[in-house]
Amino acid sequence: MSTTLTINGASSTLDVDDDTPLLWVLRDVLGMTGTKFGCGIALCGACTVHVDGVATRSCVTPISTLKGKSVSTIEALGATPAGKRLQAAWIKLEVPQCGYCQPGQLMSAAALLGHTPHPDDADIDAAMAGNICRCGTYVRIRAAIKAAADPAAVAPSGAKR
Amino acid sequence: MKSTVDRGGAAQVVVSSGLTRRSFLSLSVALGGGLVVPLIFPVKGSRAAATRSPASATFAPNGFIRVTTDGRISVIIPYVEMGQGVYTSLTMLIAEELEVPISKIDVEHAPADDQLYANPIHGFQNTGDSLSVRVTWTPLRMAGATARTMLVCAAAARWNVPADSCRAENAEVLHPPSGRRLTYGALVADAAVMPVPEKVPLKDPAQFKLIGTSTPRIDTVAKSTGVAVYGIDVRFPGLLVASVASSPVKGGRVVKVDDHRAKAVKGVTQIVVLDDAVAVVGEHTGATRKGLALLDISWDAGPQGQYSTETLVAELAAASKRNGVVATKKGDVAASLATAAKRVDAVYQIPLLAHTMMEPMNCTVRLSRTHCELWLGSQAATRAQSAAAKITGLPLDAVEVHNQFLGGGFGRRAEFDVVEQAVRIAQKVDRPVKLIWSREEDVQHGFYRPYYYDVLSAGLDSSGTPVAWSHRVVGSSIIARIMPRFFKAGLDEDAVEGAYGPYTFPNLLIDYVRQESPALNTGFWRGVGSTHNAFMVEGFIDELAFTAKQDPVRYRANLLCEHPRARSVLERAASLAKWGDPLPTGSGRGVALAFAFGSYISNVAEVSVAPSGDVRIKRIVCVVDCGRAINPDTVVAQMQSGIVYGLSAALYGRITLKNGRVEQSNFHDYRALRTDQMPQLDISLVISSEDPGGVGELAVPCVAPAVVNAIFVATGKRLRTLPIKPEELKRA
Ligand code: FES
Ligand code: FES
Repeated sequence: MSTTLTINGASSTLDVDDDTPLLWVLRDVLGMTGTKFGCGIALCGACTVHVDGVATRSCVTPISTLKGKSVSTIEALGATPAGKRLQAAWIKLEVPQCGYCQPGQLMSAAALLGHTPHPDDADIDAAMAGNICRCGTYVRIRAAIKAAADPAAVAPSGAKR
Repeated sequence: MKSTVDRGGAAQVVVSSGLTRRSFLSLSVALGGGLVVPLIFPVKGSRAAATRSPASATFAPNGFIRVTTDGRISVIIPYVEMGQGVYTSLTMLIAEELEVPISKIDVEHAPADDQLYANPIHGFQNTGDSLSVRVTWTPLRMAGATARTMLVCAAAARWNVPADSCRAENAEVLHPPSGRRLTYGALVADAAVMPVPEKVPLKDPAQFKLIGTSTPRIDTVAKSTGVAVYGIDVRFPGLLVASVASSPVKGGRVVKVDDHRAKAVKGVTQIVVLDDAVAVVGEHTGATRKGLALLDISWDAGPQGQYSTETLVAELAAASKRNGVVATKKGDVAASLATAAKRVDAVYQIPLLAHTMMEPMNCTVRLSRTHCELWLGSQAATRAQSAAAKITGLPLDAVEVHNQFLGGGFGRRAEFDVVEQAVRIAQKVDRPVKLIWSREEDVQHGFYRPYYYDVLSAGLDSSGTPVAWSHRVVGSSIIARIMPRFFKAGLDEDAVEGAYGPYTFPNLLIDYVRQESPALNTGFWRGVGSTHNAFMVEGFIDELAFTAKQDPVRYRANLLCEHPRARSVLERAASLAKWGDPLPTGSGRGVALAFAFGSYISNVAEVSVAPSGDVRIKRIVCVVDCGRAINPDTVVAQMQSGIVYGLSAALYGRITLKNGRVEQSNFHDYRALRTDQMPQLDISLVISSEDPGGVGELAVPCVAPAVVNAIFVATGKRLRTLPIKPEELKRA
């Protein structure tokens, strides 16, 4: 039995069991490896995607639950205004270290800005505590979310390199 | 919560009032069209790819630099990028002397090759010990200067002018008197046939344009857009994937496998049974993980089936009674302990720890009768290469390692157990295969930071000053297994690294007792010996200060006559933390200090402890003197990183065994610090022109001791064993 999914606006028909987690369909079947595997049981956030705009752990999301829904992944994040601002802030603040958790962090952050355009620290804690970063980039992630939420408030740096 | 960063811009201590940032990429550039399809550098490539490139001539005066006639400038970096920023900082070293802007350089992973790329300290290609900058500081600048000198000479010869009338700038050679200029690419053919000069002068540091300036990381854009490729992301046509269950007990064996349900899963192609593991192979990981869960495996646990943490601790406690191999000896500790006005004794213990890098262990193998290719992120590519050669019987040069970005390393990716397992699986599968470990496999089959059981004694004179210090280190030796040439006469130099801190004691004895456990593997864990010993030393010295009824900062400072730089980071940390200012009851500040990896660091932690025993880390002040900082922002990032890594371990980290099996399995019971538990971090860098020290692990050692010392102030309870357990801090 095949399943049809809408991912980043394009539809794909998949010939895999419909209890297959979305994560592995993305990574192994569709070759979209930006979404990462970290724990497999919704503990780390590395696999975060959006399902109808909501941050969702793809490692525990069977594709059977996605009929008629719209999935978007890190590969399409830059196409949205908030995603673009987040990525710009991530780059400007040099957030990533090993970088492995960052697609998931960015997707969680983008979902946060989707419902809370100007998050405070408590909002950031609530939205981001599910995303582990073993490299400890949390300080910069927080600063980058705030910068993306309010680009004008970020003081232009005078330093030239 | 406002964390701060001070990159030491002023002679006075200035802590900025927020995370001030330099302009890395102007926002307008970042917002422009180039973002979604970002700059990608050929980190997937290797020398092989380069030799296939169409460039007709190549100027490669050493193993690190290649310039082709089309003007492409590549650097080959033998130390792997696992988050610590070395692809950028090492490229900066070359670029500074080569006179090429970073933006014009392509960075490549080095191939496995001990001849060209061995770490000069370790003797093999290895990224660890916070050594990458320290061992390349001179050689890579020299490599850049050599290439630049040759290109300048080639231009001078072409123009028939003296070489010293020419200079290099922005990947070109200029002859200012005549206004002539040639690009490096145009000089490749001439430079390629010149003899390589043996010695060339290096720039006066006062002339540095790049070194010491915060520079955007080469990998930031790729890692902010999801296009960076890690070992786990490698794909090519025909590739199968595998999920595995290894024997839950070390030394255990597969007895019987019922695989009929697993085989029936759509997408599963094969079940591979090894002596000590069973793998499910298939078209996608969704299928192989499902198949794995449906396997019914009976194991023979082997001789370690009864082993537990209690067994381990009892073995170590017994070993601590043996005399150790002497590492450092000065004066007469026994006599001075016997005559001291006061004697203090303590046992400190730290638990087994897993690394839990975000990217689970994985390895992709393509095997033929004559060739073996590996794709993975490895801290020790030539160890991976020889492991595969040994299993397949192929000669070393028939094994090609394609190193990738590492989704964290922390020491775990210096091991090659997963390479061996992947190759053994690949031998039974007729297509290439990518083995990915589950998080559970990762937590339960680690090369754990050893459990240490250390015995410390000190004698104080009547003024409270320590006159004798003895520290017996008891635990497994990683050096003996991985770097046996450094294991001399029973002494593990890493295990005793920092065993008396930066302090001077008139009578001193450090000894080491090796005690291995048959039931588990041990390995390097971020911070290595320095992290282990800093916990013991900084806890114990704090005890001595309180025993002597002296201020812990002053007490330490008085013992630092041999390390003035240690004294200045300590005092600066205390001042930034407002050491001595009153705090509410149930709160406390604690300090720790270390000289590690050639750098100095001091942390002050501020904590509060609830009546329930719950510990909240409110703030950590971190002052670091790592000598000359190559990329200062990367140093700051590594301090932020190491503090989080250290806090995770201090608050939660503990691997335990029962019936030979590791009891933890995933992030719910082997926890990592999350953003809602983050303290305020105030990082301050000391400006220095000393040779660079290491930074990748530097921030880890002082975290746990600063925190437990703060808990002592807050609660009066002295914690000598990690992790911190709230139940021990509960107030009635
Ligand atoms: S892999 Fe999905 S939450 Fe960790
Ligand atoms: S950047 Fe390495 S895990 Fe987050």
